[in-house]
Amino acid sequence: MSRYFHSVSVDADKCDGRMRCLRVCPTQAIRIRNGKAVILEEKCIDCGECITACPNEAIMALTDPIGELNRFKYTVAIPSPALYAQFGRSILPDKILAGLKKIGFDDAYDLAITCGDTSLAIEHFLDEYSGPKPLISNSCPSVVSLVQVKYPQLVDHIIPIKLPKRLAAKEIKERKSKELGLKPDEIGTFYITPCPVKMIAIKQPPSEEECYLDGAISIADIYGPLLSVLESEDKGSYRKSLESICILGIGWAVAGGMHRTQGLKNVLDVSGIADIITTFNDIERGKLQNIDLVVAYTCPQGCVGGSLTVENRYISYNKILRLLETLEQENIEACRDKRDIRERYRQKYFHMQQKYEPRPIQALDEDLGKAIKKRQKKQRIYDSLPKVDCGICGAPTCLTFAEDVVKGDAQLSNCIFNVPSRFKELTGELSRLMDAFGYMGEDKGRKPRKEKRRKKS
Amino acid sequence: MTSRYDLSHVFEIKGRNFSKAGSVSIDIKEILRELGIDPVIVRRAAIAAYEAEINVVMYADKGEMVLRLNPKVIRITLEDEGPGIEDIEMAMQEGYSTATDEIREMGFGAGMGLPNIKKNADVFELKSTVGKGTSYNIVIYLNPTGKT
Repeated sequence: MSRYFHSVSVDADKCDGRMRCLRVCPTQAIRIRNGKAVILEEKCIDCGECITACPNEAIMALTDPIGELNRFKYTVAIPSPALYAQFGRSILPDKILAGLKKIGFDDAYDLAITCGDTSLAIEHFLDEYSGPKPLISNSCPSVVSLVQVKYPQLVDHIIPIKLPKRLAAKEIKERKSKELGLKPDEIGTFYITPCPVKMIAIKQPPSEEECYLDGAISIADIYGPLLSVLESEDKGSYRKSLESICILGIGWAVAGGMHRTQGLKNVLDVSGIADIITTFNDIERGKLQNIDLVVAYTCPQGCVGGSLTVENRYISYNKILRLLETLEQENIEACRDKRDIRERYRQKYFHMQQKYEPRPIQALDEDLGKAIKKRQKKQRIYDSLPKVDCGICGAPTCLTFAEDVVKGDAQLSNCIFNVPSRFKELTGELSRLMDAFGYMGEDKGRKPRKEKRRKKS
Repeated sequence: MTSRYDLSHVFEIKGRNFSKAGSVSIDIKEILRELGIDPVIVRRAAIAAYEAEINVVMYADKGEMVLRLNPKVIRITLEDEGPGIEDIEMAMQEGYSTATDEIREMGFGAGMGLPNIKKNADVFELKSTVGKGTSYNIVIYLNPTGKT
C-alpha cells in the first residue's frame, strides 16, 4: 500500500510517451520510462494539469462510474457549485438538481447552502484569529497538497475549517437515515466533481477524519445524460428559482466568488498554479502579512476551470458572476440563518479535529554530510548538461535529470547529448573490428563520380 | 571563524532588475530543502538571503552572493558594488530607509530588510565603504545548540 492516495493515473496502453504531461506538471512529478509516463507519488499534488494536456486521454482521473449508484438503497447527489455553471444562463440550480433526480439519484442536495454556512464560519474564524497571516483557504485540495509538499513551513497558515462537501455528506446521512429508517451505509452520497483532486478528500482526506462521502462522479461523465433531461426555466418559475440560490455559496465555484458578498474584505484571490507559486513564495518570505486570507485555486478561474468540466471556463466563470450580480441587485440571499451558524460555530461544528501536516519531499540523503556530497555531484552533472530541457531522457528538466542520476533513478547515458561521444566511441570500436577482419566496404575501390561541367550557352 | 565548507555555490545578482528579484533566494531555498535541512532553518536562511538580495536590486549595481555549507553551519555572503551604506547603525534600525518614493511604490524599502536579516541570522556582520559597496556575512547554525 502506497503512502499517498492519488486520483490521477496513467493508462500505459494508451500512453505513447509524447511528453506533454512531462512539461506541464508544476511539481515535476512525471517521468517517461520505457516510453511511458510514470507519476512520482511523492511529488504529485493531483492538480490534473496532465489530464488536460494529454492528447491520448491516457491520464485518467479516478472517479466512480454512474453504475456505482446500484450499490445503495438510496442515493444523494451533492454537486459542486461548478456544475451549475456548465449549462446556459437560463438554466438555474434548481432545474439542475431536478435533472440529477431524473437520471437516477433519489435526491440531490444544493451544496451551495453548506458552502454559504462555511463562508460564515470562515468569517468567524478570521475574526478571532491571531496567528501568522495571511491564512490560506483549504477549499482547493490541490493547493493544500502544494503547501504540504513545497511549502511545509506554511501548513499552519491553512484554515482548519471542514470542507462543505464533507459537512453536507455527514448531515445528509444522518438526516436521511432517520427519515427513511435506513442504515447510514445504505445511503450513498456522491459528490459531482469538477476535478480529480476532490477524490483525494474522499479516499484520503488531508487529515484523518471520518468521511461520509461514498464516491465522486465527474462532471464530464454526467454532463451528457444530464443535458438531455434538463428543462429551461419559464418566466413564471425563473424568479422562484432565483430565490432559492444561496448567494454566499454559489460563488465557491469561481476564483474571487467566495468572499464577494461577505464581510471578508481583505482577501487575495489567486488562480492558476504558476501565480499561486509566486504568491506562496511571497508569503514564505514574510510578505503579504497585511492580507487576512488567500483563496487560491490551482485551476484558472477556480473550480469552473477544473479538468473534468465541460464548458469553456471563461463562459462558466461569467455565468456565475452574472448570477451573483443579479442576486445582489435583487437582494436575494437564501442562505441559512446567520445566528444559527454562529451558534454552531461556537459549538465547534465547523472545526477540523486534526491539523494539516507537512509532506516535505525526501532529501537527497538522510545524512546531511552525504546529502551535501550528492548535491555537489548533482551540480557537476547539471553543469555538464545542455540545459535545453528537451525531455528526451524522460525527466522534465536537465536539473531534475541531474537529481534523478544522483538518486540512482536515471543514468547519465539517458541524455541524448551524451550520445555523440558514445557514438564516437562505438564507431571507433567498430572500425577497429572491421580492420581486424579485413573488411572492405562496398564503395571501396570505386572511383568517385566526375562532376558534370555545364557548358555555357 | 574559519570553517571548511563542503558546498559552495555562487549567484550573480543584477542591480535594478526588479522582475528577477527574489530568484536567487528561491534557488538557495531549493538547495537547502533538498539537503533535508529543517524547514524552520530553511525559511530563516531564505528570508535572510531574500532581504540581502533585494538590497542589491534596490540600491546596488551588481552583487555576488555565495552560499556555503557544511553539516554544522550555513554561511551566506554577499559582496555588492554600489553606493554603500553611510550609517550602518542607523540602517539596522527598523523603519529606517533611504529608498526613493519610486521604490516604495513597488512595495519595497520599508526599512525592515536589514533588521529582518539580523532577526533570522545567528551571526550578521555588515561592512560598507561609501561609494564602493557593501559586504554581508550571514551565518545560521544547523545544530540546535547554536555554536559550532
